[in-house]
Amino acid sequence: MSRLPKRGSAGITRRGFLIAMTAVGVSFGFPRHLMAAMDPASPDGKVLPSEGDIYEPSLWYSIDTAGKIKVNIMRSEMGQHVGTAIARILADELEASWDDIEIIHVDSDPRWGYMVTGGSWSISQSWPVYRQAGAAGRTALIEAAAKKWGIAAKDCKASNGKIISTKGELSYGELVTMGLTRQFTEEELKTLPLKPNADLKLVGQQVTSLDIANKTNGKTIFGIDAKVDGMVYANPILPPTRYGSKVVKFDDSAAKAVKGYQQTIVLDDASGSVPGWLMVIASSFNAAQKASKLVKVTWDAGKTANVSEADIIAHGQKLLGDQTKGSILDTGNADTEPAFASAKSTIAEEYITSTVLHAQMEPLNALVFKNQDGIWEVHSGCQWQSLTLPVLATALGEEEANIVIRSYMLGGGFGRRLNGDYTIPAALTSKALGGKPVKMVMMRPQDMLFDSARSASVQQLKMAFDDKKAVTAMEHHATAGWPTQVLAPGFMPKGTNGEPYDPFSIAGADHWYTVGAQKVRAVSNDLAIATFRPGWLRSVGPGWTGWAVESFMDEAAHHAGKDPLQFRLDMLIAEGRNAGSTPVAEGGAARQAAVLKKAAEMIGWGTPQAKDTALGIASTFGQERDMPTWVSCAVQVHVDKSNGIVNVQKLYIAIDAGIIVDPNGAEAQCQGAALWGLSMALYEGTELLNGQYKDSNFDTYTPLRLGQTPDVKIEFIPSKMPPSGLGEPAVTPVAPAIANAIYQAVGVRLRKIPMKPSDVKSALTKA
Amino acid sequence: MAKFILNGKPMTADVESDTPLLWVIRDELDMTGTKFGCGIGTCGACTVHVGGRATRSCITPISSVEGAEITTIEGLSEKGDHPLQISWQKLQVPQCGYCQSGQIMQAAALLKDIPEPSDKDIDAVMGGNLCRCMTYVRIRSAIHEAANAIKESNDEQTA
Repeated sequence: MSRLPKRGSAGITRRGFLIAMTAVGVSFGFPRHLMAAMDPASPDGKVLPSEGDIYEPSLWYSIDTAGKIKVNIMRSEMGQHVGTAIARILADELEASWDDIEIIHVDSDPRWGYMVTGGSWSISQSWPVYRQAGAAGRTALIEAAAKKWGIAAKDCKASNGKIISTKGELSYGELVTMGLTRQFTEEELKTLPLKPNADLKLVGQQVTSLDIANKTNGKTIFGIDAKVDGMVYANPILPPTRYGSKVVKFDDSAAKAVKGYQQTIVLDDASGSVPGWLMVIASSFNAAQKASKLVKVTWDAGKTANVSEADIIAHGQKLLGDQTKGSILDTGNADTEPAFASAKSTIAEEYITSTVLHAQMEPLNALVFKNQDGIWEVHSGCQWQSLTLPVLATALGEEEANIVIRSYMLGGGFGRRLNGDYTIPAALTSKALGGKPVKMVMMRPQDMLFDSARSASVQQLKMAFDDKKAVTAMEHHATAGWPTQVLAPGFMPKGTNGEPYDPFSIAGADHWYTVGAQKVRAVSNDLAIATFRPGWLRSVGPGWTGWAVESFMDEAAHHAGKDPLQFRLDMLIAEGRNAGSTPVAEGGAARQAAVLKKAAEMIGWGTPQAKDTALGIASTFGQERDMPTWVSCAVQVHVDKSNGIVNVQKLYIAIDAGIIVDPNGAEAQCQGAALWGLSMALYEGTELLNGQYKDSNFDTYTPLRLGQTPDVKIEFIPSKMPPSGLGEPAVTPVAPAIANAIYQAVGVRLRKIPMKPSDVKSALTKA
Repeated sequence: MAKFILNGKPMTADVESDTPLLWVIRDELDMTGTKFGCGIGTCGACTVHVGGRATRSCITPISSVEGAEITTIEGLSEKGDHPLQISWQKLQVPQCGYCQSGQIMQAAALLKDIPEPSDKDIDAVMGGNLCRCMTYVRIRSAIHEAANAIKESNDEQTA
């Protein structure tokens, strides 16, 4: 694990972080390790046996004597069909037959390098790695066939699982049977010739994802389905505050009447993940959850027992008011003062987003035990194994090498399972019981109260204009509870003033519009961090910075008396830093302009609309400037003035993510992401109330349902550029597009999400 | 001892009478295709058929289904080839897949009651089934697709 950034280590740049994550191991053969892996296409997830000897051209796959190819996937499957997409990249470069492919989601062995599934990174980062790996296998197979035939390698070609020449054909299985040992150093891998992108045959073609069938017949194995012999069930009792609560005493006499109840344990947690928790142990899930309601606990509550949402917002406003707070991002020229001093006019507005819960469908759960080899096995869906392992090690008082996180399908990730803190109570309970298997399943209210929510945010934006109403400077000040500060502080880069910042709580504010001097300041909301554990939630920072930037751009356009589409296009100039500096970002602002134009064309921008109905547009990029997916949203919205109900009739997305590896899966991700955007714009959002989230189940926490789903259209810009990411970006432009349409329809500007009917109604009354 | 018919087979389970049907199916009978989501009947992940009706198994005490015929996703079709399962695969509806057993069981009950549902029918009947991946666009299409497939197959049989 020497190449991993150490937890808490300082000075790792964001670029260093990405490089560390994408670094691959030295490519030589490892013993097979298939017991701890999962094939989402096979019954019960079991990996199929290999036939005869295997050849491993790289860490990432093996070929057996029947020509079957097992592709190792270190990304977690949570609905993206990521294994299928990655295997397509490999199979294409390897010239394999798709029918020979099996995908394997691997466990947390250090050999895989840094394991995280998030940030919409999987495809973009896997693209070079699996293409090199495929080229290695193809090269080795061609060399072996050429040698066998006694001809030059250049006279052989690979196609559909065979090497072909004038001498005949040899299948990959036959070549492996003859014995293949060729290995490649990291340096050799880098110099292997790749197919031109134009020659890719599987990438970009429709395919049925390998995990789909099992998800229609109940066979997919999620973490909650994990079982081992002799396990007991545990259900937690959560304290009144996230931090600082101490158990004074508990009384389980009433619980003893529950058949199957065994005992209640107060957890002793060196990792600080679950302070003040108790675990109720029983022989069945039902008994554990029944008994946990009957245990009476007295706590000394932590200091945040009276903190509510309004306190966090007010604290954020106070922080932003102090210009000495926070970190200034490098935007080329952050000296905005002269432009504001000489401005002919200025505008300034504040935008707020409410606390949002992950509410993934599979409640948090984990099964933990010490196996007969003395290894702690953690059976649970996980998005960030490399972050979770060290926390488990601290909690268990064990070396990381003695802990393994087994692979399961995730019943939704959305960032919740990046923070693996839910494995800790199960691990501590197993430790307290001498390594006995403990299965913890949270009830829904426990899952929600323990969420690492998307923090509420406050953002203040201002803009300077000259006498022609052209933009001369812009400032964006943003504050929220920073998840990266709490969970992975080593991954915080430093701003130009030397202060660290959470890139996942500000990205998006450093947009691609040319606005003259541009100041972007990120401030950590310490009251939020003290009250709850902020989390990364699908689309992270851009999910709320985009809300502010694109609402504000619309307000600026109206101030300047310009069409909101044209106003944006005029400022998207692909020059200087806005030309794009990485291969993925090449084209820069011009590509953002292209998606804007496309979305406008899709919705019929400028066409007359019915009464109280209007179009709105917004454009963003997810997730960072060095890996931008250009996205634009256009909506048609009707507002019922009598009750404030906003009806989104059309939700259209234009997107440029470079080469689209798996078109069907890509469309599905964008449909889901766009609807997440809609859900957070109008329907979901909770608030802190006395140190806890106010909502704890789906009766009052109300994500979008089928009947609220509008006509959704997704269009991709055809591209030969390297792929970026698709899991999150389509979330980001939706809320501002709706707010902009509401303004156009009925003349009121909403600056807080969710935009509830009562908010619309009250704004209409004031107008 | 609770007795009932599960996917056509007589079953017994030695559980407390207030145990929700969901946990009997999942933990006692080891059929994990039916999922736990909310525990209060608001998300639909636990939907099974009791006597042919879509039922939230997380709030159904085992005592209330004594002797009843219960169908889970594992028993919806013999080979996983119910028209809804076929259309679900063809349109690649599932993302994470966790809610999809419940979605399919709810949709199967819908098609029994309303063989050719309109979008409004679908919105109304499927409104109780949450999908956090928000596969709703495809769920709607896949229900229409299955309804058409069943109709065509019936037309062929009567022709």
